[in-house]
Amino acid sequence: MTSTVDRGTSGAERDVRHGVERLGSLVVRFAGDSGDGMQVTGDQFTAESALFGNDLATLPSFPAEIRAPAGTLAGVSAFQVQIADHEISTPGDAPSVLVAMNPAALRANVGDLATGATVIVNSDAFDERSLVKAGYQADPRADGSLAAYRVYEVPMTSLTVEACKPTGAKPRDAERSKNFFALGLVSWLYHRRLESTVEFVATRYASRPAVVEANTLALRAGWNFGETAELFESSYEVPATRLAPGTYTNVTGNTALAWGLVAGAHQAGLKLFLGSYPITPASDILHELAKQKHFGITTFQAEDEIAGVGAALGAAFGGALGVTTTSGPGIDLKAETIGLAVSLELPLVVVDVQRGGPSTGLPTKTEQADLLAAMYGRHGEAPVPIVAARTPSHCFAAALEAVRIAVTYRTPVYLLSDGYLANGSEPWRLPEPGTLPLLDPAFAPAPGAGADEGTGPRSFHPYARDPETLARPWALPGTPGLEHRIGGIEKADVTGDISYDPANHSTMVHLRAAKVSGIARSLPELEVDDPGADAGGPAPLLVLGWGSSYGAITAAVRRVRARGLSVAQVHLVHLNPFASNLGEVLARYPRVLVPETNLGQLVRLVRAEFLVDAVGLAKIEGTPFRVSEIESEIVRLLGPMASAAAGAAAGEEVKP
Amino acid sequence: MTAEASVKLTTRKDWASDQEVRWCPGCGDYSILAAVQLLLPELGVAREDTVFVSGIGCAARFPYYMSTYGMHSIHGRAPAIATGLALSRPELDVWVVTGDGDALSIGGNHLIHALRRNVNLTILMFNNQIYGLTKGQFSPTSEQGKVTKSTPFGSLDTPFNPISVALGAEASFVARTHDLDRKHMTATIRRAHDHRGAAFVEIYQNCNVFNDGAFEGVTGKEHRDDMLVPLVHGEPIRFGPDGRRGVVLGSDARLSVVDVADVGEGALLVHDEAREDPSLAFMLSRLARGPFEPTPIGVFRAVERPDYSTLVTAQIDAVRERRGPGDVDALLRSGTTWTVGES
Ligand code: SF4
Repeated sequence: MTSTVDRGTSGAERDVRHGVERLGSLVVRFAGDSGDGMQVTGDQFTAESALFGNDLATLPSFPAEIRAPAGTLAGVSAFQVQIADHEISTPGDAPSVLVAMNPAALRANVGDLATGATVIVNSDAFDERSLVKAGYQADPRADGSLAAYRVYEVPMTSLTVEACKPTGAKPRDAERSKNFFALGLVSWLYHRRLESTVEFVATRYASRPAVVEANTLALRAGWNFGETAELFESSYEVPATRLAPGTYTNVTGNTALAWGLVAGAHQAGLKLFLGSYPITPASDILHELAKQKHFGITTFQAEDEIAGVGAALGAAFGGALGVTTTSGPGIDLKAETIGLAVSLELPLVVVDVQRGGPSTGLPTKTEQADLLAAMYGRHGEAPVPIVAARTPSHCFAAALEAVRIAVTYRTPVYLLSDGYLANGSEPWRLPEPGTLPLLDPAFAPAPGAGADEGTGPRSFHPYARDPETLARPWALPGTPGLEHRIGGIEKADVTGDISYDPANHSTMVHLRAAKVSGIARSLPELEVDDPGADAGGPAPLLVLGWGSSYGAITAAVRRVRARGLSVAQVHLVHLNPFASNLGEVLARYPRVLVPETNLGQLVRLVRAEFLVDAVGLAKIEGTPFRVSEIESEIVRLLGPMASAAAGAAAGEEVKP
Repeated sequence: MTAEASVKLTTRKDWASDQEVRWCPGCGDYSILAAVQLLLPELGVAREDTVFVSGIGCAARFPYYMSTYGMHSIHGRAPAIATGLALSRPELDVWVVTGDGDALSIGGNHLIHALRRNVNLTILMFNNQIYGLTKGQFSPTSEQGKVTKSTPFGSLDTPFNPISVALGAEASFVARTHDLDRKHMTATIRRAHDHRGAAFVEIYQNCNVFNDGAFEGVTGKEHRDDMLVPLVHGEPIRFGPDGRRGVVLGSDARLSVVDVADVGEGALLVHDEAREDPSLAFMLSRLARGPFEPTPIGVFRAVERPDYSTLVTAQIDAVRERRGPGDVDALLRSGTTWTVGES
């Protein structure tokens, strides 16, 4: 479906009795039981907002158990979205609106709310039993514990059942549409249009007309309730964002990553072979690629993680773009095969959608704690390039880059995403058709006609190297004259024969290391965001980040600058090797702060590599950084420095 | 299969690499290598279209000695790696060379799944009932009670019967041969190679250093006639000098070895390798509890079943037929899109 954003109207016709307030941004969280359909509700509110023209960012949160007992805290599923009239980079720190479908959803989420937040509860669900299940001693609606919020009680279940009467559905069935009632109500409150959701319902449940009817009725009933109930003093508008011109779509990180792999293989003229084993939260990449078979993609759901990467490597030997996707413990299982790929020097893309660890850890929660595993998690000297995506839509570009490095340098590449990027979404300005770069896999050609037949295997040297990239030839089975054997035993330089020679081993270890570090020559220089640098010299503090903390860091840096303070930001996409000017950039700043959702992994790498006194900011809660957490750390670090620098930079602070 | 006109005629020399073969002198692996190198020129296949993939172990050195494409990979993982290769390049002739530890211990999972998927692979499993490369520990096919370096008081493990494992894993081709009979080896491997789908061949192989004579009781020249039970499709199962002994299926649903004179030839079980139901093949695989009782050799099972790469390719073609070839720009626009104009 394509539509053009209509900036002229803000939605349907409205009753003038209600006041309308304008908001610059809004953070809504929908929360309910895992069976309540909160993800669909959130997705649709997001889609309505995207079509309306807002910039946005989402944060779904799932329970780890598929069916935790209904009504309990463990079973709460939530979806948070921030929409704004300006560009934003995070789903927001503290929701200003919470829709709670039952007491457990309220209890699990109320602590995160902004003061004065709007809380809309499904009052039908607040019976004695449900309160007890949620662990409430007393009804929170009556005991004053919600005094800091504006609480609206809406009997959503009974109103939904009432609205669905014309369908003749039994109440038990009808009440399942209550999430659409909630969506209709919130859509009214924030001037979203319902058309896209009506269309979505018709398509999604096409095989069940009764469900289409019930959901549509509930959706409209929710809207009408807002319109007529006079419960809300006013409704709110979040005007459209001035986004750069272009065609947009809303993507999750997993989808963008899958599309990046498709595009990467396509642009290189390679068949994409995915070897994968289902694991949360990476499985959606497998699901997405399995749908795209018409690109000539093979998706092989293997017997285990090891077979997934093994098959991908076997396919790479045959000339396909071998890819494996995993999360958490999956990378431990794949480590040995990645080491083999280092030794074989074949292209391979290993996607790690990081989640909380160790062991099973927090399967549905996010963490950036696999950087050192990607960097060092293999026996022996086994360097692997690492590329990390920083936003959901950036997963596309990061995947293309991982493919470029793998194919050009004949090496396994780690592509790091995480649970936050995987399930989060944002509007993405699509590349113009036909503008993606081409990539030449440069397969080794068969020896020319007339070549000496008798030389056979000796005439080809599988470990001769390209002088610029140090990449070895990618010689495909089926090519006469290039027959060769490769394996995990150390190989002699150039010939690739088995070799236990000490000097040769040293040569090969150094060659593999030099090949990977030489990738830096193909990388663009880092550009530091330091608006005051030209006028007043470098800021007193550089915030260095990687991966999904990009959004929170960017927003924090903006806020700090809005206070009149000066701070610089640089964000890494390449973690191994680093961009060649990173050392020089770090040396320019008196202090360096590295926020990561781990105990300090990048900070360790840069301290070791560049001998800089960088400090970390760690968070390990299974959730992304809040903007305020990074903001206050920047301000704290700037404190003494800001006043020290104040004399020199008096009046010269650059406002955003 | 006869040599096709397009394939250059070759000799054993063309299939041997220039690498020095480094198995222990007297190892059974030599005769298997010779059998394969002698067989390949007869198969009508090209060197460049042939790939040997192996894991780790003595047997796994095999690819280095072939002048084809080859990969010496990771312990146990050869079937998985070969699966990826066979799926991405269905036209190639992909062989897996493995051992009892590689295939049935560390790689057991990959072996059974390659077999059930019917990946187009010719899998040669050299069974010597010992770990050779690590210098003599018991293997998953070693007999219970075996005294080795890691089991000084005897192994407590119940061994796997490789043929039973393969049959239980839905293998479409299952055979056994041994390293002392080149003719039988060549014929069996040829059958395996000609089979489209996963073909599993157990080869009794003597490790003269760590488990010498493990199969001597059945494969030794002077025992063979009495102890090996050749399975021939469509023929009554009989063995021994002048075919004096045979196998019958009793009314108690058990197989037993009998004197043909006692039961009459008509009572013998007729071998049917193409039987859909693998139960009889499975019973045959259990006829001997180990290489000290009359042991069937030859093809236990050979049934037609679409191979995995054919299915995978057909599915891709069908989707392509329906949706047309992939278009990246269209893919990126396959969700809801909206346009922001110049303002
Ligand atoms: S250890 Fe045994 S199996 Fe290995 S090469 Fe020596 S004799 Fe052969």
